Amino acid sequence: MEACEGSGNISHEDAAETAIAAPPEAIDLRRELSETHVAEVLDQLDRELVGLAPVKARIRQIAALLLVDRVRRRLGLSSETPTLHMSFTGNPGTGKTTVALRMAEILHKLGFVRKGHLVSVTRDDLVGQYIGHTAPKTKEILKKAMGGVLFIDEAYYLYRQENERDYGQEAIEILLQVMENQREDLVVILAGYAERMDRFFRSNPGFRSRIAHHIDFPDYSDGELMAIGETMLTAQNYHFSPEGAAAFQNYIKMRREQPHFANARSIRNAIDRMRLRHANRHFASDMPVSIEDLVTIDEADVLASRVFSGGLVSEREPE
Amino acid sequence: MRITQGCFSFLPDLTDDQIRSQVQYCIDKGWAVNIEFTDDPHPRNTFWDMWGLPMFDIKDAGAVMLELNACRKAYGERCYIRVSGFDSSHGWESVRISFLVSRPKEEPGFRLLRQEGDGRTFRYAVQSYAADRPEGQRYQA
Repeated sequence: MEACEGSGNISHEDAAETAIAAPPEAIDLRRELSETHVAEVLDQLDRELVGLAPVKARIRQIAALLLVDRVRRRLGLSSETPTLHMSFTGNPGTGKTTVALRMAEILHKLGFVRKGHLVSVTRDDLVGQYIGHTAPKTKEILKKAMGGVLFIDEAYYLYRQENERDYGQEAIEILLQVMENQREDLVVILAGYAERMDRFFRSNPGFRSRIAHHIDFPDYSDGELMAIGETMLTAQNYHFSPEGAAAFQNYIKMRREQPHFANARSIRNAIDRMRLRHANRHFASDMPVSIEDLVTIDEADVLASRVFSGGLVSEREPE
Repeated sequence: MRITQGCFSFLPDLTDDQIRSQVQYCIDKGWAVNIEFTDDPHPRNTFWDMWGLPMFDIKDAGAVMLELNACRKAYGERCYIRVSGFDSSHGWESVRISFLVSRPKEEPGFRLLRQEGDGRTFRYAVQSYAADRPEGQRYQA
């Protein structure tokens, strides 16, 4: 991040020459960073999102690149708008949408999008139901997203290989055109599961070449999921009792093995169900409850989950 | 004869950047921006054809410029195009701003019609030379 490191090597004549042309000697990138308030967003990202180390590193790199690019543009060293379209790949519940929201904020603070809002869409919002319905629908969404970020969740549904007359192809063509010609107006982020996104890019090479940054979201470790769960509880003014915490750690371990595991989303659902059981437990008992009871999730609330009795699978088998 | 209708019409034609910032002003005020076109330049012609739908829920002028360029491509040479901002808030419910963004290359102007009435009364009317031709065929070589 050091600016003009090489300036010491310039000989005296060179220095005299450049002194006429170049107005500022050195640019303080740190000051630039604090002026744009990007550091605050990055720190917030670090603070509020558990884990995701490779993602955060990539975003810092992109932010640094954009910051330098901004300075270069101001000095007239580059005039092209960089390609900023991205693809986020990862399993469900790994924070793709949340990061996309932050990305919009970062891009806005750096001045690469004018408004910084996020428009989150899926296939349904882009693709029409009959001939001639798709183009206006896609354009409508694109117009809404101008000046901000268009987030296309599960982008691979746009392309249906088995049906060559699928209207998704039309939406893809319009998207590609706008991604190329209106680079200064909007940034497109495609998101989805890694392997299906790969297949999608393979059958639509136009997309791959127009996307500058591919970011992969790793699964959370058990410890990270625990931390996420605790953060969620704290946000709702609950906390675990020590036994409850131990039980929840077990829960995470077992839940991971079972089908339809969706990382942080599974944790959020688990917490919602735990709150339900917690409320019912206190409602069923005749004893008066203390404030401490109302905010503490106990072992019993966790252990009642069907995850401990073999999960969804075992429940359905007897039928 | 250069026609002068709506805001800014006595100024030189707005550049795209100027149009963009005017449109952004409308959007920031919460007005729905519309693009309209006509080949009948009569000042009392209030009903222009609309290009697409009113743009209610957009945040950035870039989207309007996209539509405006599409409209110019289709009608730029042979129609007037204007942008208007509609304020839907209670009490206003009307167009708050309207300005020309594109005009045909040749503007032949208006003729003055005089009609003698009863006694010594005269009625006056203006008629665009362009309107001599049927709709859709005006302003074309």
